[in-house]
Amino acid sequence: MPFNRDQMAARLADDVPEGWCVNLGIGMPTMVANYVPPTREVIFQSENGVIGMGPAPKEGQEDPWLINAGKQLITLAKGASFVGHADSFAMIRGGHIDLCVLGGFEVAENGDLANWATSENDTAPAVGGAMDLAAGAKRLWVIMEHTTKDGRPKIVERCGYPLTGLACVNRVYTNLAVLDVVEGKGFVVRDLAPGVTLEEVQAKTGATLHTQ
Amino acid sequence: MINKIVQSVADALAGVKDGSTVLIGGFGSVGQPDVLIEGLIEQGAKDLTIVLNNAGSGRVGVAKLMEQGQVRKIVCSFPRSKDPVVFETLYREGKIELELVPQGTLAERIRAAGAGIPAFYTATAAGTLLARGKESREFEGKTYVMERALKADVALVEAWEADRWGNLVYRGSGGNFNPIMAMAAELTIAQAQHIRELGELHPHMIGTPGVYVNRVVQVDRGGDWLKPEQV
Repeated sequence: MPFNRDQMAARLADDVPEGWCVNLGIGMPTMVANYVPPTREVIFQSENGVIGMGPAPKEGQEDPWLINAGKQLITLAKGASFVGHADSFAMIRGGHIDLCVLGGFEVAENGDLANWATSENDTAPAVGGAMDLAAGAKRLWVIMEHTTKDGRPKIVERCGYPLTGLACVNRVYTNLAVLDVVEGKGFVVRDLAPGVTLEEVQAKTGATLHTQ
Repeated sequence: MINKIVQSVADALAGVKDGSTVLIGGFGSVGQPDVLIEGLIEQGAKDLTIVLNNAGSGRVGVAKLMEQGQVRKIVCSFPRSKDPVVFETLYREGKIELELVPQGTLAERIRAAGAGIPAFYTATAAGTLLARGKESREFEGKTYVMERALKADVALVEAWEADRWGNLVYRGSGGNFNPIMAMAAELTIAQAQHIRELGELHPHMIGTPGVYVNRVVQVDRGGDWLKPEQV
């Protein structure tokens, strides 16, 4: 059985160790926080200047001045701090974020990521902080479906869409597998979803998969 | 006596000229100087270049400023929102120019302007479409893109508290772009929920020293704050 979205987020969360400072992108990456147990101290950074996000607020306890980069209401963890945008992105671009998790349109075997535009002439392309995170985080893990809705591979030899960053992805978590991106080698299978075979994953992948 | 407090939104925005570059603080609705934006619509300056993270939502605030035809160009990182109808329509019709800038580069370009740094190199966007036409250079084997400071005529910022020197205290995640925007404009105008006596604000809590601020207007929004989901 392939992983569903929650299982993908939970699978990724399993690999986040205590002590890391982690930035989660908008969408599925945000779900990862739900699966890091509160006993494991992980610092969640949001690029709008919140360092140390807690869980979503309970009803009636929302503070309209506390939002994350996805503009959802949040709470603060004990030990949290605020900075402005320049300092928040200094933290990102200066290599102080241990892990960034982003969604993706395509990941290539050389680690290139495309996740902000599907053509050079998008009606209104939006990049947000993705390029800063791709260039600046110590590690970049991508969480996404293995193929597009119509079955085309999103894991490819070379990206066709405009790039977010070059040679920046270290690992990909999909509904079918966990793949490491290894320099000079390409995609190496780290794990498969339960009951999914390597042949099945390879058939849905646009690049050669290596085994360890 | 230094006193930067003005009595009305109209006074706060007096003298903003056509063709100005205007920095607008906030990330979504949080920290956004909504009343000053309404004031700018009233004031009527045209042919503006506006610089902010998002390109407005619905038909209020920045979206309304654009819909009124006051904006020639927008510099932002994320022109997408729940309801981006105004921007997308104008953009499709070629009635507004877009300069898309990665969020960290946008922040650093504004900070650089405030700090007297004309340009800097960053790894962000190297090798991508957004580096096209820009000078790049290698340092220690890695490629960096040169980005220029983004100086402005006017900055509109929002704070929780202010005093007559123009010192500003931000609340929650409401700092975001405000402190750097306050540094980077010839004329910095702040809207603040509360005005405090000089000396009441703790020096460690002041996010923007009043040196960067020219005018402060009190806007008590009471409990009726914009909810983030309205953005």
